[in-house]
Amino acid sequence: MQLVLEKRAERSNTIALISPLIAIGLTIVTMVILFAILGKNPLLALHAYFIAPLTDSYSLEEIAVKATPLVMIAIGLSLCYLANAWNIGAEGQFLIGAVAGSWIAVKTQGTDAGVWVLPVMLVLAAAAGALYALIPAICKVKFGASEILTSLMLVYVADLVLDYLVRGPWRDPHGFNFPTTAEFDPVATVPLLIEGGRLHLGSIVALLVVAAAAILLGRTIKGFEIRVVGAAPRAARFGGFNSNQSVILTFAVSGALAGLAGIIEVAGPVGHLQPGISPGYGFTAIIVAFLGRLNPLGILIAGLFLALTFIGGEQAQITMKIPLDVTKVFQGILLFYVLACDSLILYRFKLVFPNRQVARGTG
Amino acid sequence: MLDPTTNGLHSGETPLLRTIGLTKRYGDFLANDAIDIDIWPKEIHALLGENGAGKSTLVKAIYGLIQPSAGDIFWNGKPVALTGPSEARSRGIGMVFQHFSLFDNLTVAENVALGLDGRESFKDISARLEQVSKTYGLPLDPKREVWQLSVGERQRIEIVRALMQDPQFLILDEPTAVLTPQEADQLFIVLERLKAEGRAILYISHKLEEVKRLCDTATILRGGKKVETCNPRLETAASLARMMVGGEVKQVKAAAGRQTTVPRLVVNDLTLAPGEAHGVRLEHISFELKGGEILGIAGVAGNGQDELFAALSGERLSRDPGTIVIEGLAAGHLSITQRRKLGAAFVPEERLGHGTAPRMKLSENALLTGHAASGMVHHGFIDTAATLKTVDRTTETFDVRKAKRDPEAASLSGGNLQKFIVGREILRNPAVLVVSQPTWGVDAGAAAVIRQALLDLATAGAAVLVTSQDLDELAEIADRIAVMFHGHLSAPLAISEATREKLGLLMGGSTLEPEEAVHAVGA
Repeated sequence: MQLVLEKRAERSNTIALISPLIAIGLTIVTMVILFAILGKNPLLALHAYFIAPLTDSYSLEEIAVKATPLVMIAIGLSLCYLANAWNIGAEGQFLIGAVAGSWIAVKTQGTDAGVWVLPVMLVLAAAAGALYALIPAICKVKFGASEILTSLMLVYVADLVLDYLVRGPWRDPHGFNFPTTAEFDPVATVPLLIEGGRLHLGSIVALLVVAAAAILLGRTIKGFEIRVVGAAPRAARFGGFNSNQSVILTFAVSGALAGLAGIIEVAGPVGHLQPGISPGYGFTAIIVAFLGRLNPLGILIAGLFLALTFIGGEQAQITMKIPLDVTKVFQGILLFYVLACDSLILYRFKLVFPNRQVARGTG
Repeated sequence: MLDPTTNGLHSGETPLLRTIGLTKRYGDFLANDAIDIDIWPKEIHALLGENGAGKSTLVKAIYGLIQPSAGDIFWNGKPVALTGPSEARSRGIGMVFQHFSLFDNLTVAENVALGLDGRESFKDISARLEQVSKTYGLPLDPKREVWQLSVGERQRIEIVRALMQDPQFLILDEPTAVLTPQEADQLFIVLERLKAEGRAILYISHKLEEVKRLCDTATILRGGKKVETCNPRLETAASLARMMVGGEVKQVKAAAGRQTTVPRLVVNDLTLAPGEAHGVRLEHISFELKGGEILGIAGVAGNGQDELFAALSGERLSRDPGTIVIEGLAAGHLSITQRRKLGAAFVPEERLGHGTAPRMKLSENALLTGHAASGMVHHGFIDTAATLKTVDRTTETFDVRKAKRDPEAASLSGGNLQKFIVGREILRNPAVLVVSQPTWGVDAGAAAVIRQALLDLATAGAAVLVTSQDLDELAEIADRIAVMFHGHLSAPLAISEATREKLGLLMGGSTLEPEEAVHAVGA
């Protein structure tokens, strides 16, 4: 008796929908084992991770705040991945966007510059993110350099640029030598949706991005071009679509969205530029994109779920002294299971019993 | 009646190889359904069947490449379990595949050495290789690198490699598909000789005349089941075809009085360097194709047909716009989309991955080639109703069979997908249609539909260019036939002058002497 993977005649849409749920289920089982090994009560830990954050309004708001950059970045990444362009450097594009937008905020600090400041910051951040993402895209198209490596390496460049600026030229003179800029002026800050809360306008922007991506991919010829270039490159060329153009376009859009997410994070919840503005949003967004099956609506749901693990991880750290790194372990295991479960869409498991008994006829 | 020993020749002996109830199941699909076959020494046994009839599955099971789900294999009367090809080889079963497994950058001798199981030294292998190739009249230079060789020579490597194992039983999978008629004749001499030495041969083919000429026994498969085992020499090609197809094969007919009109596709001295390593360079190709006319391009695979298709379609651009003229406009520099807007349509050889995106729906695959010129896109937005309508119209007109209204391309059978692809282009009413291998691996019913559609399109006034390795197909539908060899295209021959012999010579790279041409016309 053996277990084999057997190819399906057509991809299973049912499995395509439930495979992320199977992956989440398997991840939770693995986490239970991990908690038990760490000597923590698995049930309490799961409660702290997944239930407790949903029971108070502060945490719910915080989930939406954390989900905002995740969803925006993941939407951009999903376009890249659909087009078979592997942007792994959203974290860097996020940081560069934050830096570029902050430049206006820092330069207009205390000048009563007017309401134009925030829009210009947003545009500049998006443009910077796009340009930064174009570096690996152009290197791939022109020289055949692996965009996976170049985009990833540029993350560290962006990280160091930010570090240099907040420790050097942009450091808050009244900041007791902490590596941070001064708090942004109100005109350079993303408005809150509810006074006194944490939810900000960025969440609305994220929802608009989701809607726009859904229309682009489902209804337009450009969206079709992106999908077909990734799904069947030779057929795409036969259809008259240029895969290089798609690489450039999807990288630019994804960089712009990551950059936008970066400045919204800095000019919103954080309020100033400093190192460590991202708990790895750009990398976690890769998991969000795949958990959401590269589908805009799926990404919205997946973004909220991953945000829950961030909040739940903090909760578990406070109440149960579970290390924060366990959250990253959780996310890593989740990505692993998501990708593994994807094979069930095209294949199914089957038990095979070798069957050798046959009526012995003679010729 | 299904007892293969009815001819009485083998009574009292054991067959070399026998399968009883051999069954292979893939999911719900029965690729082989309880197949009994006996192979005797000194026999050339044909395995006949359409694509998808289960021929490849059966021989893969016999060669140990796949494990049967049920049933038994007997070798010299004893039951055996063949766990892999090397075990099959060690027992004396050899196989020559349709798709060669050769390393382009290695020499002939290196390739042969890689394929052998024993511990022979490279020097001994080279020596034995030369000896075997001499003995059987399969000339090979052991020191040449494979990429320099013709397809026929590459096949010789595979055959010699199999013969060096001294097999009692040799399986050949559609060996003549890649050969010129003359090369095929040479191969038959080799096979007759192997038979005379007492070996058995299982010969997979769907070319009926060939089977009648060469084979002593024929087993016919249809839909995974064995239909009949018979003596092909006592059958007619038509009766064999009926057994293969399970009914009458529809004959295509050209409408009488087809008029040729103005030139719609003109190629002027097209020369194009290959796009990839070991590709073929197109050399000074010129022809003119009028409306109402079908021009066939024959030739052994790999002589530049793919490169010509890419140049004509615009997947590769040529520097000089005037080299390709579509509907009177210089188009050599235009993209495939712009050429479609001029009224050209294209059907590539590969159905999955080139002609269609396999994992996309038919409606999306209609959009793939229709987005530029068929009113499926308005202001950048896709008109889904229009794409679905194209699917419905194609389904209706060309009898595309599918499980639901809009399935994924990959879920269709080869024949039905090909009907969809050809139909998709024809329904756009093209002025020029360039088709590569229109019925490659397609069942006889679908092939007839497609050939008829091409004829009807020409009758309606379009210019049709058909590239095919199947000379019978070209003879059936083309008005003129040109031959591609090493990137050169011969001058087209009118169909009345294009004898198999002449085409075979051109396919092998000979040029027709004027006298010879005249002589052949008289013959």
